[in-house]
Order: sequence, then structure tokens, then C-alpha cells
Amino acid sequence: MSTTDPSPAAGTRDWQAIEVEPDFQELRRRLRSFVFPVTGLFLGWYVLYVLLATYAAPFMSIKVLGNINLGLLLGLLQFVSTFAITAWYVKFADRRLDPLSSKIRQEIQGVDK
Amino acid sequence: MITTVLAQGGVEGSDPILNITIFGLFVVITLGIVIYVSRRATSSASDFYTAGGGFSGPQNGVAISGDYLSAASFLGIAGAIALNGYDGFLYSIGFLVAWLVALLLVAELLRNTGKYTMGDVLAFRMRHRPVRAAAATSTLAVSFFYLLAQMAGAGGLVALLLNITDGFGQSVVIAIVGAVMIAYVLIGGMRGTTWVQIIKAVLLIAGAGVMTIWVLALYGFNFSAVLADAVRAGGETGEALLNPGKQYGATAITQLDFLSLGLALVLGTAGLPHILMRFYTVPTAKEARRSVVWAIWLIGLFYVFTLVLGYGAGAMVGPDEIRAAPGGANSAAPLLAYELGGTVLLGIIAAVAFATILAVVAGLTITASASFAHDIYANVIKKGELTDPDEEVKIARITAIVIGVVAIAGGILANGQNIAFLVALAFAVAASANLPTILYSLFWKRFNTTGALWSIYGGLGTTVLLIVFSPVVSGKPVNPATGKSASMLQGVDFSWFPLDNPGIVSIPLSFLLGYIGTVLSKDVPNADKVAEMSVRSLTGVGVEKSVAH
Repeated sequence: MSTTDPSPAAGTRDWQAIEVEPDFQELRRRLRSFVFPVTGLFLGWYVLYVLLATYAAPFMSIKVLGNINLGLLLGLLQFVSTFAITAWYVKFADRRLDPLSSKIRQEIQGVDK
Repeated sequence: MITTVLAQGGVEGSDPILNITIFGLFVVITLGIVIYVSRRATSSASDFYTAGGGFSGPQNGVAISGDYLSAASFLGIAGAIALNGYDGFLYSIGFLVAWLVALLLVAELLRNTGKYTMGDVLAFRMRHRPVRAAAATSTLAVSFFYLLAQMAGAGGLVALLLNITDGFGQSVVIAIVGAVMIAYVLIGGMRGTTWVQIIKAVLLIAGAGVMTIWVLALYGFNFSAVLADAVRAGGETGEALLNPGKQYGATAITQLDFLSLGLALVLGTAGLPHILMRFYTVPTAKEARRSVVWAIWLIGLFYVFTLVLGYGAGAMVGPDEIRAAPGGANSAAPLLAYELGGTVLLGIIAAVAFATILAVVAGLTITASASFAHDIYANVIKKGELTDPDEEVKIARITAIVIGVVAIAGGILANGQNIAFLVALAFAVAASANLPTILYSLFWKRFNTTGALWSIYGGLGTTVLLIVFSPVVSGKPVNPATGKSASMLQGVDFSWFPLDNPGIVSIPLSFLLGYIGTVLSKDVPNADKVAEMSVRSLTGVGVEKSVAH
């Protein structure tokens, strides 16, 4: 077997059959329907921010609190949204992904032993 | 004040003996720890490359922040904020938001499908030899740019802190830094390197935290007052520090450059080979996720600190003095440390900055040597048929020495460049050459060898070509104050690409090439391998069992 295979004994399983099973399809659907839209969301928000900083400098220079202007506030909001998405994903993965993926893993590896 | 700084060559008040002593202490203690933790290590490839996957998520998360928070983050960003204000802040935001790409799309799936290198992931279901050769080529290229940035920082720091102004003396110190780094890698492998990164991350974040609280305390914990003082110290152009566009707002070209930089920053992280490799030092995908979560919190916290430190340096040291200091913008944070805590704090911060460079360079070196030994030597040259398992590690060790020597030579040549900026170029290469292939192979069934080769070589080639013919290398106007051009080469101009950062062209192009290459080729991936990779990437079958023995 090739050196890429983390466990050489695994070459005998019918992967294509496992892949079409409902549990696995559900796992993949859950993962993708979370990570794709959320990636679109945070990249969009980031690009919007960079575009504002580039082409709307007067808007970003509006002072809000003392010398702290909109640009700085929105920049710090990027930090907040990053932390929030991180926490959101961890919660989602713990509840919706991990139980299903360990169930599938046990089924596959149980059959093999 | 400015003239005395120039006359002395070093920072006024800096005590070279004290700086060397503190740094020497760090080297001795970490080397001791490296030797201690490598007692239990075996000579196996798995131990040398990934410490046998034996680190926990939180440990790896701290090590990732140690690997990621390079001298560019600390010295470069603080300097960029001090001199260019708001425009420097973009680096922090891009460097942080980028982690969401790694968290959501890459870390866990990569952990489940590879073993040591990015080449492993690609070779899973594509033709081994060509994709491994391609992956190793881009890994070595990104590592080279990144190494250059770190070693350039080391040169500036030497000038600043050890009061060594002649080129030969600086070169000697860069060589010593390189030699210590090689020692870490050879003795400790990934296990030792990881501990160096953990210790360094704790020191760096704690040091930056203390300075941040100190600065804020001096201004009555009112950040707005820090900003007001930075504006005052900035003189005529002070007000511009708060607003976007001071550095990049001048023309349509510089605005486009800012967008390009922003794109490279946010998409580069998840393609950095030394970061990808860190995901293999934990046993499972769940631990890989925990690593990234820890890393995001620590890195985010640190960038909030650099915002305060940057404006703090602008306020308390002043842009004129920073510009005039040896090392230029990179000296903002050390100069601020001297303003705050005198010679002793300067010594500590200097040692932390050195440690930062050392740890990041060690991480890069082990990644590049793993990629060469594992992908090129064991799998391309020897076709995966090595008889002696120790031979691969032996090759990796020799490669580490070669890379160390190259890093030393590069550091001597790149002395004095702005390091945050050089790192941004490394990010552009990573985002163009690596990220499209990684994402396609994890999420797109049809993606094949041709697509991977087009995307990697096309992305890498375009990025390097555009950098060579950009104003970074030649053709920037000569600054009348210093009599030098801001480009790397003086006195020639062969630039035709207008942007400093190529990301806005090379990243979409590489995604496109990966798509076109795949669609045009008749190459059909092995359906069983595709299914296997898809199941394994999501469930961790094979990986989780393999660590149970």
C-alpha cells in the first residue's frame, strides 16, 4: 500500500457503499450546509470591510467615541465576529457533527475487526 | 534625539550585554527542554515530523499561535500601525479572520486524510509522484519567502539591540541565530520545536499583554487618549493615522494594492505549510478543531494588544524617531518597551522578539525538510520503496541543515526589508499555490491530477513572476531623504506589474486553472479512492484507530 494510507489494513472496505449510506450522506449535508454559507458570510463581511476602508475613507473616518472612529470600531467588530463564529461552529460540531461521525466510524471499524 | 540615535547606531539606553544575557538564558533553557522532551523520542519519521501525533488540542493551539505570531506580527504590525496608523491595522484583521477558513474548511478534514505533509492529502486520490513533487515545490517556495521575512527581521533586530552596525557583525549574529535553530530541529524534531513554540507563545503574549496594560494605564485606560496623543506626536500628518488610506489611499493603484493585500492575508493562512503540518501533531480531528479554537482566541487577543502597542509607540516614541532608528518601522515595539520600562524591559522584549524569530524559523525548517524528505526523496525519487525506515529521517535532518544555511544567507541578503510586507508576499504565494488545490481536493470529487498541477504550478509561477516584475523588486522612486529606493534592487527598473502584492490576480487565476485543468483533462480519479477520501475526511476512520495502539 502507499505511504499515504494512515492504516494499510483499511484497503479492503467498500468505500463507495459506505459513501452512499444515509448516515454518511446526512453527515456530509450537515457539514456542508454549515461551513459553505458561513464561509460566504464571513468572507463577504471581510471584503465589505476592506472595500469600505479602501473606497469610503471619509465614512470610516467618522468619529464615534472620542478619537475612535467607525473604521476602528468595524475593525474590532471583525474580531468579535471571528470569535462568535468560532464559538458557534464548535457548538454546532459538538452537537450535530461529532455524534454522527463517531457513530459511522464505529460502524465501519466494528465491521472490520 | 534623532541624531544621537543615528550616531549610536543602536537604541539609546539599550544595553547589549543585558540583551545578549537574557536571550542566551532563553536559548539555554529552551535547549534544555528540547533535550529533555526528546529523550523519549524514537528515530521514526512519525516522531520526527509530528511528534507521533501526541500533543493535545490546547497544547497544539498554543504552539500554533507560537508558529503563527512571527516577528512580522509583533515588530512588523506594531511598526506599521505606529507609522501608517489605520492601514497597518488591516494586517491584524486579515491575519485573524483567515483562521476561520482553516477552522471551517481545512483543519479537521486535513487531519483525517494526511499523515505528515500537504503532499499526503493530494496523493490520496491522485497520481502520487507528480502531485507530491508539485506540493513539495510550493511548500519549499512558501517556506523560503517566509524564512526570508523572519531572517530579515533578525538582521534589523541585531542592529537595533546589540548595537552592531557593521554588516559583518550582523551577519555573524544572524548565523548564530540560524545555528541555534538548526540545533533545535536536529535534536528535538517536531516534539522539541513544538515546545519551543509553546514557551515562546506564552512569553510573547504575556510580554505584549504587560506592555499593553502599561500603555493603557499611563493614559488612564482611555484608548481614545492614546489615539489623541499619537495624532499629536504625528505632527502635520498625525490626524491621518486614525483614518484609512494613509499608506494605501494615494492613487487607484495603491487602493487596488490594499485590496490585493487584504485578499492574500485572508486566504493565505490555510495554505501555509508550516501551519498545515501542525494539524498532524494532534491525534484526532476533534483535537485539531480544539487547536484552532485555542489559536484563534490567543491570536485575536494578541492582535488587540498590537493595536494598542502600535498607536502607543506612535504616541510615546513618535514616528520621526521610529523612522530614524536602525530597523525603521520594525523597531517601534522595542523602542516603546524602552520608553516604558527602560533597559530591562527593552532587553526582555528584545529576547522575546529573537525567540519569536527562532521558533518560527524552526517550524518552517522542519516543515520544509519534511516535505523534501517525505514527498520528494521517499516518494518521488525512491518511489515509496525505502527499505530502511530511518533513511527518510536522515534525509530530513540533512535537509534541515541545508535549509538553515539557506535561511542564514537569505537573512543576510534581505536585511532591512519591512517584514510584515515580506510575510504578506509569502501569504500571497500560499493562497495562490496551495489553497485552491487543498480546497478542491477536499470538496470536489471530480478534481484530478491535471487540475492540481495546473493550479499549483500556475499559481506559484504567476505569483513569483508578478513579484519579480513588481515595484517590490525594482523601480520604486528614490527617497530623497535616504538616497535609496524602497525596492530590493537599487538603480535598475524592470517592473511592469503595478501592484506590490499579486494576490488579486494570482489567487483567482489559480482557482480558475485548477478548474480548467480538471475539466479539460480526460483523467478520471479512481472512484473508490475518491469515496474513501470522502468518508475518511469526515469520519476519521483509520486515523483514530492508528493512534490507539
